[in-house]
Amino acid sequence: MDKNRRNINYNLYVESKVPKTRAWPSLIKAFILGGTICAIGQGFFDMYTYFFPNLSESEVTTCMLMTIIFITCLLTGIGVYDVIGAWGGAGSVIPITGFSNSISSPAIEFKKEGIIYGICVKMFTIAGPVIVCGVVGSIICGFIGYFL
Amino acid sequence: MFSIWDYVISFLVGGFICFLAQILVIRTKITTARILVLFLIIGMILEVFNIYAPFKEFAKAGASVPIIGFGANLARGAIMAAKEDGIIGIFTGGLTASAGGIAMAIFASFIFALIFSSKTKRGGH
Repeated sequence: MDKNRRNINYNLYVESKVPKTRAWPSLIKAFILGGTICAIGQGFFDMYTYFFPNLSESEVTTCMLMTIIFITCLLTGIGVYDVIGAWGGAGSVIPITGFSNSISSPAIEFKKEGIIYGICVKMFTIAGPVIVCGVVGSIICGFIGYFL
Repeated sequence: MFSIWDYVISFLVGGFICFLAQILVIRTKITTARILVLFLIIGMILEVFNIYAPFKEFAKAGASVPIIGFGANLARGAIMAAKEDGIIGIFTGGLTASAGGIAMAIFASFIFALIFSSKTKRGGH
């Protein structure tokens, strides 16, 4: 009984000491950053549709995603994306920029461990699960599409 | 062709998806890799049930820029290739459809990792 009360007191103490994540500001920041990245994507989409009218919609989408991915890798390289990510939280993770940053950020960080064991191996510490789940999932979807 | 509505809806839908993700982050302290995989799978499920195409028609880049679009692209590629090429398409379709994004992410990361060195020691992510 005494032990129980001590645990409750301890939990209350921990709760009072843990820094509170203020929910609303971070939600609004994530909304603004994510929305802005998607709007920039739409800008590239319209630009490529205008300059390359021969491409199909899915090809234009791929070009637009590749442009955003390239820009994100560059921003990660010069250290700007870390600042954006710290401000926007999930708003910087969910767009394709988050996938791109998850590859380039460890690649740059572990450069000092060498090209093979640093850059090439550590590149996939976060993106590895995404690519594995993506490939496995797409094959399952392929089977569903084949038999239905 | 350039309508301001496309930008407004991209902003609102893309923002809303990130808003939902941020709620998850606050509630469950979910890590970056898990949240990416979760939304990737959501995208695949949307594509399998044919919800993604009308959603993209409505939300434009708000649907294709988030990682949901990447998952839907993988699933759509595999399903289309399976219908056209048969069994071999099941295995080739997904990566073929998303090859551009993955190749650019790996290539650009490798080049920029050679050029730049990390300046700040970061926590999190």
